[in-house]
Amino acid sequence: MRRAKNNSDSLLFNLCNYAFFTLFTVICILPFYYLFINTISNNDMSSRGLITFLPKGIHLSNYIQVLKIKGLALAAWISVARTLLGTVLTVVSSAFLGFLFTKKEMWGRTFWYRFIIITMYFNAGIIPWYITMMNLKLTNNFLAYILPLVISPFNIILVKTFIEAIPPALQESAEIDGAGYFTVFTRIVFPLITPIMATIAVFSAVNQWNYIVDTIFLMTDSKLYTLQFVLFRYLNEATALASLIRNSQGGITIDVSNMQTATSVRMTVSMIVVFPIMFVYPYFQRCFVKGIMIGAVKG
Amino acid sequence: MPAMTRTATLKTEASNSLYRRKVKNKYVLFFMALPFLVLTFVFSYLPLHGWLYAFYNFRPGIPLSQTEFVGWKWFQSIAANPTQTGEVLRVLYNTVGISTMNILVSVLPVAFAIFLVEIRTEWFKKSVQVLTTIPNFISWVLVFSVAFNMFSVDSGMVNRVLMQLGLVDRGINFLATDSHIWLKMCLWNIWKTLGWSSIMYLAAIAGIDQELYEAAKVDGAGRYKMMWHITVPGILPTFFVILLLSIANFINNGFDQFYVFQNPVNRNHIEVLDLYVYNIGMVGSNFSFATAVSMLKSLISVFLLFVANGLSKLIRGESIV
Repeated sequence: MRRAKNNSDSLLFNLCNYAFFTLFTVICILPFYYLFINTISNNDMSSRGLITFLPKGIHLSNYIQVLKIKGLALAAWISVARTLLGTVLTVVSSAFLGFLFTKKEMWGRTFWYRFIIITMYFNAGIIPWYITMMNLKLTNNFLAYILPLVISPFNIILVKTFIEAIPPALQESAEIDGAGYFTVFTRIVFPLITPIMATIAVFSAVNQWNYIVDTIFLMTDSKLYTLQFVLFRYLNEATALASLIRNSQGGITIDVSNMQTATSVRMTVSMIVVFPIMFVYPYFQRCFVKGIMIGAVKG
Repeated sequence: MPAMTRTATLKTEASNSLYRRKVKNKYVLFFMALPFLVLTFVFSYLPLHGWLYAFYNFRPGIPLSQTEFVGWKWFQSIAANPTQTGEVLRVLYNTVGISTMNILVSVLPVAFAIFLVEIRTEWFKKSVQVLTTIPNFISWVLVFSVAFNMFSVDSGMVNRVLMQLGLVDRGINFLATDSHIWLKMCLWNIWKTLGWSSIMYLAAIAGIDQELYEAAKVDGAGRYKMMWHITVPGILPTFFVILLLSIANFINNGFDQFYVFQNPVNRNHIEVLDLYVYNIGMVGSNFSFATAVSMLKSLISVFLLFVANGLSKLIRGESIV
């Protein structure tokens, strides 16, 4: 009797549990699916709101047409460039600096380590930062996308903690054989810390790809706009977008039912912004978890 | 025997010379780190000199040496000028309100993790975890794009479905209204971060000693009893650290989210400190006043960090910084 009650209780619990998680997962994914099917469906049907759950009249011309819009290809290029350059610089610098901080004989090691870590908890504020960037001539300058993000205290902590967990004998034996710091770093340490560097690379790449605050504050030159910023403008400036579309379609004869609309352009650009994240995401899922766990140990 | 002694001397000699080299190299190491220290100085410490601008009547384009020194004028104007005071209070109210809501819902990831481990189907659990984490890795601009495409009046999916079902006659304007802004911001935040925030708790649950559950089962504890008496206490320390960190970040509720969602209609309720500073500094060109507010915010945020750290030392016996 009691057992039966427990079982039905448990069944109800499981049912609610599965229902809730299914629902929340659908809510997380549905918007992306909706955007995607609308970008590959017949634009005329899409704009009349007929595409809700399944794609109809599949075509890819949205993706081809959208890159012809003035400035969009350049913005994509800027985004890719800042992501690649920024990530490589961040990973290499974090690895090297983290390694240097594991060397106890460094002059003023504790002081300089704290000098970097403190910046995690304190900043001067966004307007003083803007004024500094202005004084350094970093407004409308591509370097402003990369240099400020190179040293992040959190990454330094990750690398330092990771290297300290490696048996010191490995480095010592190389040092006794006369290897300098740089050789020890490139030959011994670097190959051993690839897991943590992969984690930092993913974090850094996602951050670079998504970052928009620097464009908002520092860039007035449209040649330096990133994809994120262009998308934001498209979402807000319907009339400007409409004229851009008209210009980009001048002279090209395409199927009338697949003419680009403001909505189709917005959706397509959104998808272009999402795709890279979706591609690296499943592959690196493990990295994220590992990274935050090491970070959590240090706190 | 002599061979062994020789090895021993060789070893000491080697480590002696290693020691000497290490002493000599302490500056070499420093100079290797110097470029990175300079970068940190330039982008994290140098902006502090910008605080000077709060004491001047600065206009962009005119060098600081040629601008008028006004002392504490901007700070006093926050308290003395009624309109200014009203504005700052409104912004503080928004900041505190949104942060409080976010702290209140920070128990949701805990619940999410606790109930997710109760699911025994491995593939289902794994898929939920992977798919619900995705929104965390997209930018706020994209979240806004999602909001726009789902909820806009004429072309949003939700309004279309509602109209097709005949539930509403005209599209509901979800975005360009001033109602329930805090709630909406809080919901978007949950949508974006719930799955990701729960990962930390899932890891904490995985670290709980399985023998505790075995022992409880032997003692006749049911599923709910075990959840309440073993899982919950097991992840409480993790929750506590996260809670303290969110107290430390109480007035830093971010810029992107509110920047992308703001519009002329909802400005009164969406303007948090960071956005307000941007709007008066970059849009309104009142740099000096914006710097003054920015400076006060930084100081309060350091104060809150000390409070959170003190609390942590008091309760957990260890610091969070």
